[in-house]
Amino acid sequence: MSNFFEKSDISRNEAENIVSDTLNKCDDGELYLEDSKSETIILDDNKIKNSSYSSDLGFGFRAISEEIVAYSHSNEISKNSLKQSSESLKSTLKSTKGTYNHSIPKSNKKYYENINPIEQKSLNEKIEILNKVNDYLRSKDNKVKQVTANFSGEQKSIEIIRSGGETLTDVRPLIRFNVSVVLDKDGRKESGVYGIGGRKSYDSYLKKDNWKQVCDEALRIASVNLESKPAPAGEMKVVLGPGWPAILIHEAVGHGLEGDFNRKKTSAFHNLMGQKVASEGVTIIDDGTIDNRRGSLTIDDEGTPTEKTVLIENGILKNFMQDRLNARLMGTKSTGSGRRENYRHIVLPRMRNTMMLNGNHTQEEMIKSVDKGIFAVSFGGGQVDITSGKFVFNCTEAYEIINGKIGSPIKGATLIGDGPSILKEVSMVGNDMMLDPGIGTCGKAGQGVPVGVAQPSILINKMTVGGTKL
Amino acid sequence: MIKDQEYLSKKASYCLDLAKKLGATNSSVIVSNSISETVNFRNKKLDESNRSDNLAIGITTYIDKKKSSISSSNLLKENLDNLIEKCIDTTKITPDDEFNSLPDKDLLAKEVKDLDLYDDTHIKNEDKIEYLTRLEISASSNKKIINTESSFTEDKSNFILANSDGFCEGYKDSSFIASSVTVAKDEKSMERDYEYTSKCHLRDIKDAEVLGKLAAEQTIRKLSPKKISSEKIALIFDKRIAKGILSTFANAISSSAISRGTSFLKDKINQKIFSDEINIFDKPDILKGLGSRNFDSEGVKTDTLKLVEQGVLKHYLIDTYNGKKLKLRSNGRCGGTSNLYFNKGKISFKDLLNSNSRCLYLTETIGHGSNIVTGDYSVGATGFLIEDGEFKYPINEITIAGNFKEMFQNMTLANDLEFEYSTNSPTMMIEGMVVAGK
Repeated sequence: MSNFFEKSDISRNEAENIVSDTLNKCDDGELYLEDSKSETIILDDNKIKNSSYSSDLGFGFRAISEEIVAYSHSNEISKNSLKQSSESLKSTLKSTKGTYNHSIPKSNKKYYENINPIEQKSLNEKIEILNKVNDYLRSKDNKVKQVTANFSGEQKSIEIIRSGGETLTDVRPLIRFNVSVVLDKDGRKESGVYGIGGRKSYDSYLKKDNWKQVCDEALRIASVNLESKPAPAGEMKVVLGPGWPAILIHEAVGHGLEGDFNRKKTSAFHNLMGQKVASEGVTIIDDGTIDNRRGSLTIDDEGTPTEKTVLIENGILKNFMQDRLNARLMGTKSTGSGRRENYRHIVLPRMRNTMMLNGNHTQEEMIKSVDKGIFAVSFGGGQVDITSGKFVFNCTEAYEIINGKIGSPIKGATLIGDGPSILKEVSMVGNDMMLDPGIGTCGKAGQGVPVGVAQPSILINKMTVGGTKL
Repeated sequence: MIKDQEYLSKKASYCLDLAKKLGATNSSVIVSNSISETVNFRNKKLDESNRSDNLAIGITTYIDKKKSSISSSNLLKENLDNLIEKCIDTTKITPDDEFNSLPDKDLLAKEVKDLDLYDDTHIKNEDKIEYLTRLEISASSNKKIINTESSFTEDKSNFILANSDGFCEGYKDSSFIASSVTVAKDEKSMERDYEYTSKCHLRDIKDAEVLGKLAAEQTIRKLSPKKISSEKIALIFDKRIAKGILSTFANAISSSAISRGTSFLKDKINQKIFSDEINIFDKPDILKGLGSRNFDSEGVKTDTLKLVEQGVLKHYLIDTYNGKKLKLRSNGRCGGTSNLYFNKGKISFKDLLNSNSRCLYLTETIGHGSNIVTGDYSVGATGFLIEDGEFKYPINEITIAGNFKEMFQNMTLANDLEFEYSTNSPTMMIEGMVVAGK
């Protein structure tokens, strides 16, 4: 645990007094302190291209009165800097007459260990594995034209000081290992990417030469793409594979169920609470409590313990994801979804691990039922316009389905759909739910946070596939 | 107040000296400070204020052909000592790379011109609030607008870039940014759109009423969209998205993509990759330009480059490392382009709309569907159907797809180029792409 005041000219006690004084008559707010250490080691084009280390320290001071948020942040944890921030907050919130909400739920549960993954494996060992990755892939297939592999690791310590001196802390490890490969066959180039990660040590993901499986998967995807044909264009049936394709859920409904957009009534879902928004059998949760997952949190960035939030239950919209501000203004409680990229950013309600739960169909059944459509196995990124509800995501591995059989692989195409109606088009939910491998980063209002997704295979009756073949 | 040149230079030279003392054969350092103040409004009321003060330091140390780097926001001496020591230790065990080096000395910028990038004006939050009030009154004057969110940001920054070959330069810049996002609603639909203005000097930003009015108009006209059938149809890209295609082109000619062999434009120097009328410039010395700079992020001087001349690719964007790999000299593009733009075309906006009896006018694309390895392109889009030069009705939930190699050859530009962003394009038409809809 970091001691934020050890090397500062301000004592913890003095800081607590400034916090209490500033937040007097505010509805909520806190001083958020953060100390993060991170590393990246990249192998590219046969060489260790980059080994870098970063340490970032700072605070963000927030005061809330009614709907107004005043925020100030700085890198310098000093008396002067904290006082300057306090003045900045006070000047925004001139006449506050609120009552500070001291209540914050407590929990002893922890979803990851207090470790520093960077220190747990030497740089030499990491370099050695990256070199092995490069040699392994290049010797396995002579079409391999380029290999990029990287490790990134992080330890983030946070402390939240609330008015009255209540203190909440968390130490969050996070690692990721990624391999990307480019193949060249007779001048045609295609790429494949795969990665793994989560909130454990590097070694717990890499034991027994596990890195080979990551390489094999990246190579397999690239090889499939080398044989891909132009994708069809137009509306058709789509079967999604289990696991990572659940970013469809993340984009299509997840963002639209975040509290802020619904309080402001800018989400296409804001007036649908309690209504049927998905086919029967579709249940979607957002869960921050799965051990060691990339999107899991012991407490959120406001100090609220995370939970398992049911968003849609058997087709019916049940809950939005809430931080403290939006929960208070909507007359409900925080779901432990208040997150920020780092101390430079304000808290927003965000997803953690968003998952569609199992149904009782098999993937085979789904494919058999499709005359003309596509089978999408892996995706790149997605994006949504939460107001119109339209969302997209890009296939990185997909196949044609013709007369109930999987056909040729097709080129990466964008799929587009309508969030509030897409889940009503889900006609089969599989029994093969899978978590993604631990690679997702979600962007909102310029802030990136680590997230997870999970789903079984699903069959969607109608989506628009953005190929080039009419 | 942002830290001055003297403070930043002192930190920089402290780091260079310490790195040398600990065994670095070369090193470079960048120290920067930025202070930004933002006020956000929602539905004509104050919603959020945000003040940020960011210090940052980045150090790269070399021991012969070995290299490593560190970065931090903590500039206290003790922290810097620890980090530099760690950086040197890491450098020692990082494998050699024959292409690692500081830039060639003769390429370093010799003079720093005043490009008029800094406006010292400080606007108080009260004045930001006054601007945003006028903006939101203007934006919400039509009943169909049900939500407005606007913001005003004032940003000041300063930096010093130094290296062990004696380079030590930096300068201040500023930006003033106002934006408005509006939501409109009718019986059938709810739509969002935006407008923004960003300038180095306060007096150059758009008027508040004009900005609000534009955002509202652009949102209202999107209401009650239809979905069209899949077809091959000419597409016209609004300026604000046409520039995205230019940015993808820039990514594809970066020396890193070229040297790794992962760009569809590799080995295309002196080949015709665009239609004859297309000329592309990257001009770093535009006064008050949003992308203007005196040197790149390694200190290499930057001259204007004519990247594409009558459709023919003339240059890659080269930094020191990838340049050495490709046996080319850096042209001062470490960190990317400066003010990148297409020269304006010959045809008017109106004539462009009339050049096909039926076409789509696109105002927004979503998704990350540009693949620079293959040149394949597929993204979601919204816009309008145009018939005989007239806007007929709004369109959404479609995708557009093609391959940049063909798209570049089938491109026509209007004569309406303006310098609103750091990357700028006139209105653009591309023929032969596929729209997927119903």
